[in-house]
Amino acid sequence: MNAVEMRGITKRFPGIVANDQVHLSVNQGEIHALLGENGAGKSTLMNILFGLYQPDEGEIFIREKPVKITGPTKAAALGIGMVHQHFMLVEPFTVTENIILGAEPTSRGCIDRHRAEREVREISEKYGLRVDPTARIRDISVGMQQRVEILKTLYRGAEVLIFDEPTAVLSPQEIDELMEIMENLVREGKTIIFITHKLKEIMRICDTVTVIRRGKTIGSTSVKGTSEQELASMMVGREVSFSVNKQESRPGKTVLKVQSLTVKDSRGVEAVRGLDLEVRAGEIVGLAGVDGNGQSELLEAITGLRKAHAGDILLNGEAITRLQPRAIARRGVGHIPEDRQKRGLVLDFSIGENMVLQTYDQTPFAKGFLLRYPEIFRHAKRLIEDFDVRTPDEQTHARALSGGNQQKAIIAREVDRDPDLLIAAQPTRGLDVGAIEFIHRRLVEQRDKGKAVLLMSLELDEILKLSDRIAVMYGGRIAGWLNPKTTNEEEIGLLMAGGKVGEEVAQG
Amino acid sequence: MSKKGWAILMLSLVTVLAISGCGAANNQADGGFKAGLVTDTGGLNDESFNQTAWEGMEKAKKELGADVKALESKRDEDYIPNLTRFIREKRDITWGIGFKFEKSMRDVAEQFPDAKLGIVDSNMGGKIPSNVVAVTFKEEEGSFLMGVIAGSMTKTNKVGFIGGITSPLIKKFEAGYVAGVHAVNPKAKVEVVYAESFTDEAKGRTIAANMYDQGVDIVYHASGGVGKGLFNEVKTRKKGKYWAIGVDMDQSRLAPDHTLSSMVKRVDVAVFDVMKDLKDGKFAGGKQVELGLKDQAVAVADTTDKYVPADVMKKVEDYRQQIVDGKINVPATDEELKSFLKK
Amino acid sequence: MKHLEQIHNQSAWLTSLISVLLGMLVGAGMMLAAGYDPLLAYGALFQNAIFQPYDLGETIRTITPLILTGLAVGLAFRTGLFNIGVEGQMIIGSLAAAIVGLKFSLPPVLHSAAAVAAAAVAGALWAFIPGLLKAVRGVHEVITTIMMNFIALNLSNWLVRTWLSNGADSTDKIKESASLRWDLLSQWFDNSRIHLGIMIALLAAYGMYVLLWKTTYGFELRAVGYNPHASEYAGMNVKRSILSSMMISGMFAGLAGACQLLGTSGYLSIRGGFEGIGFDGIAVALLGANAPIGILLAAVLFGVLTYGGGNMQFAADVPFEVIRVVFAAIILFVAANLSQSIFSRARGMRREPHA
Repeated sequence: MNAVEMRGITKRFPGIVANDQVHLSVNQGEIHALLGENGAGKSTLMNILFGLYQPDEGEIFIREKPVKITGPTKAAALGIGMVHQHFMLVEPFTVTENIILGAEPTSRGCIDRHRAEREVREISEKYGLRVDPTARIRDISVGMQQRVEILKTLYRGAEVLIFDEPTAVLSPQEIDELMEIMENLVREGKTIIFITHKLKEIMRICDTVTVIRRGKTIGSTSVKGTSEQELASMMVGREVSFSVNKQESRPGKTVLKVQSLTVKDSRGVEAVRGLDLEVRAGEIVGLAGVDGNGQSELLEAITGLRKAHAGDILLNGEAITRLQPRAIARRGVGHIPEDRQKRGLVLDFSIGENMVLQTYDQTPFAKGFLLRYPEIFRHAKRLIEDFDVRTPDEQTHARALSGGNQQKAIIAREVDRDPDLLIAAQPTRGLDVGAIEFIHRRLVEQRDKGKAVLLMSLELDEILKLSDRIAVMYGGRIAGWLNPKTTNEEEIGLLMAGGKVGEEVAQG
Repeated sequence: MSKKGWAILMLSLVTVLAISGCGAANNQADGGFKAGLVTDTGGLNDESFNQTAWEGMEKAKKELGADVKALESKRDEDYIPNLTRFIREKRDITWGIGFKFEKSMRDVAEQFPDAKLGIVDSNMGGKIPSNVVAVTFKEEEGSFLMGVIAGSMTKTNKVGFIGGITSPLIKKFEAGYVAGVHAVNPKAKVEVVYAESFTDEAKGRTIAANMYDQGVDIVYHASGGVGKGLFNEVKTRKKGKYWAIGVDMDQSRLAPDHTLSSMVKRVDVAVFDVMKDLKDGKFAGGKQVELGLKDQAVAVADTTDKYVPADVMKKVEDYRQQIVDGKINVPATDEELKSFLKK
Repeated sequence: MKHLEQIHNQSAWLTSLISVLLGMLVGAGMMLAAGYDPLLAYGALFQNAIFQPYDLGETIRTITPLILTGLAVGLAFRTGLFNIGVEGQMIIGSLAAAIVGLKFSLPPVLHSAAAVAAAAVAGALWAFIPGLLKAVRGVHEVITTIMMNFIALNLSNWLVRTWLSNGADSTDKIKESASLRWDLLSQWFDNSRIHLGIMIALLAAYGMYVLLWKTTYGFELRAVGYNPHASEYAGMNVKRSILSSMMISGMFAGLAGACQLLGTSGYLSIRGGFEGIGFDGIAVALLGANAPIGILLAAVLFGVLTYGGGNMQFAADVPFEVIRVVFAAIILFVAANLSQSIFSRARGMRREPHA
């Protein structure tokens, strides 16, 4: 039986057709992957199913009955629940309070807290969610928060659960646990629609996959009968190479040297504790670690965004420890920031303006105090072409670009400044395979040009694929150095979790 | 901007012009006597001199068949255009009510030497243009009588005065009042507070509440709209113990059971008289018309005997007579008050 | 034009235009409900504001400070700051201009220039305080600027009473040499109080345009306004930008104060409360979408409504308060961005038959 069927769905927005005659049919009790690049129309389709948008054309059937989903309330009544990518939780409230919000059980006009807690606990145990109903949201981990979102939909009687890119925010450990939960859910008879662009996850857990490209359904296939390679080409529309072709690195002189560096985080707690690190010209050093082990603070200290508490940072032998971000950038540090929309771009600026975010006051972009827009836009045009940034033109606002193209724009800007040290923090987070492939190639290209590259990533895959040496961070220190050729995910995972590994490569 | 944008802009412009064209007001003179009144920022319903002035205008409408009209000023900068509007309509006289018109009145008078103008509550620093009649009142005389009432009736020997904005005009009220209190009850103390506003009702209420809390039992005000706060406050307090005294017009209806008296300033009478004279061909241009108890232009409100006992009323009448006869010279400034108190 | 369009895109134009029309419609509805004739009233309003030289002059005089306060609010908005203190900065500007105009003796042109400059500096310094608190301590500028308004009001009143006049409620008129009035200009406009402040306002609008969209410094200010995190990443000095944006905003407000004092009134009087020209600047900036051209047009509209509104009670007996309702309605419509939904619906309907 089909739990959900969407036939000939078309949705137009001013200027684009987000869904064009899309077809999706999901069997009862399966995990159905919805695969597509960013901007392919997955979210639009799911928002239609969840009642947030009304389709311009097409029909929807829930358990074989035609329905009209006029809003989220109607969707909930039909047993459709959505676990959003960005959680919709009230931070100071407890888990239970968040779950019952809007559907509070009452007795004599008051909220029946005990009944609510009991019910939440029951559901939690049934599906192996292991959530403490009395904990406050702000005190629990991101993975737990996601489970609260899942509980929320279950509490409202969801039979079909939509997961919108649920693994994007999780650590590898948490991803494993999520997969387990999803299996539990299906075992109990629920149906799951899993929006993703991560092929590994699909291969691992899904039964069926529907691929969408540029608003159109490309095809639907059983996961057993396909491969990552095939899915990737379906999604991107061409052959994709997974492996990175790179030659042996020829490391040169030391570009970055970090000596017993200590950095405090925003709460004043030491996030980096006496860390030593060296990156040489012509090599990629991969910085692995579970999120929150001081990687972000380390990179912020190197780029001058955060003050170092103690220790030294040397660039080409010169101390840059106490310099302002601009001075550091001008001495030859390029930085692809972790959060591209918060740090990397001014979304309401044009692409052209974003391309000169650090260099706007230098020739040829400025003459005295005056900006020279023709030069700025000419520069942007060149970068857009060189780095294949898909944008209508250089005057388009950065906001209008897809995530992948925003990231390409940042990389274009940073690489073009020709820095001796390129810091790339999570450069491919949330991007689709096409964009990932492009960005990986660019990073290796920098290495081959004799630049030093420091790559921070939470994706072990990426670290293993690109790095010449791997530094694993744990508790604000480098827990160990590994050779990517001889190590494996398990070994890195062990170090990331604070364990010890026998074989290590010597530093330097 | 796109063609569509321009089209919409043009369309709306045309609409606006069309509207203004057909709405052109037609204010042709009908030959009768016409007068205009411009209020200060207090507005027409200020329970104060603007309102009484307008009563005079309405009386002129009734008795002289005058065509009268008022314009309310929202900001100080509106005085000049508002006066100018009436002058351009060739009104026979245009009034500016309140001393805040002083500077604007001079500018306008110079610019339109043929227009006849009137100002209330200001002698324009003694230099009155020849086409302006300046009506002022001896507020200190009326205030003196209020002081007599307050001084006689206070149980706590503490009375209060709330002033509007510190200025020579309001000083006249204060000086007269303090002198009156002192004349009948030298032991009584007068609390004086200026609100530095003529419109801030809330501030008036706060000041009044503070005074009453500190043992003051009778408060007189000369503060325009601020005074409304005084009445709102006294209304909430014990009847027969706390009192307010009003100003400019009989304000007893603001707090009927808590109002002892009001110092009535007959701006209406003054405004009406000037207009009547003007209609008869007499215009005291360039002169100051100063009106006091003698002219019955400042007076004790008629409703005063409701709560003020007969013996106090008699005292008030005595003092009134003495002032009219010139036996008492009521102080109008701080200096005059000082020498008055020494006696 | 291409670049201007970018600053002030078409949808903003339409939003503003439609909001104005809707706002006036609401006003008309109110007048009908209260038994007035809206056609007569609006007719009187526009006729009075524009058609005679005197009125045109007075209307321009009304528009002048609105442009400047609108620019002050708009510039701060552009850099991510909500300067509610324009009213207070304007009062301080007036105060400084009055002090220079009364207490100094200088040759004619120099005197007025000095008074204007003093007002600009005073306004900037007044805004410096909340700017500093924001940049250094992170104190929200809305709170501090509101407080500074009251301090400004009372400081000005106190100085008028104690120093600038002898216990009177207003100062003497400033010296002729400090005045912004220009006889020839006044004569063209039938002796109205139009003054050279309008030139200052237009220059300020052009100055804001050049500063924000033509200079490297404006690039920084805008970047900080849109995204302080990215600006910090790009090596801009976010704190300095906040500070200078507040000060430039305060400078515009100070200039508005100078225009009011040196051009319109010529003297400083004790204020019972806020005049509200600074607060109207918020409305002007909002309607003008924080762009110089938009602010100019919005100031023209609000100026016409304000000055012409006085005539509504004159010719049609409609109380001036109706105009304030129209103001409020316009702003409400801009804020709610109703036009957007109206347009998208209209577009949707047009497409339906093809579907």
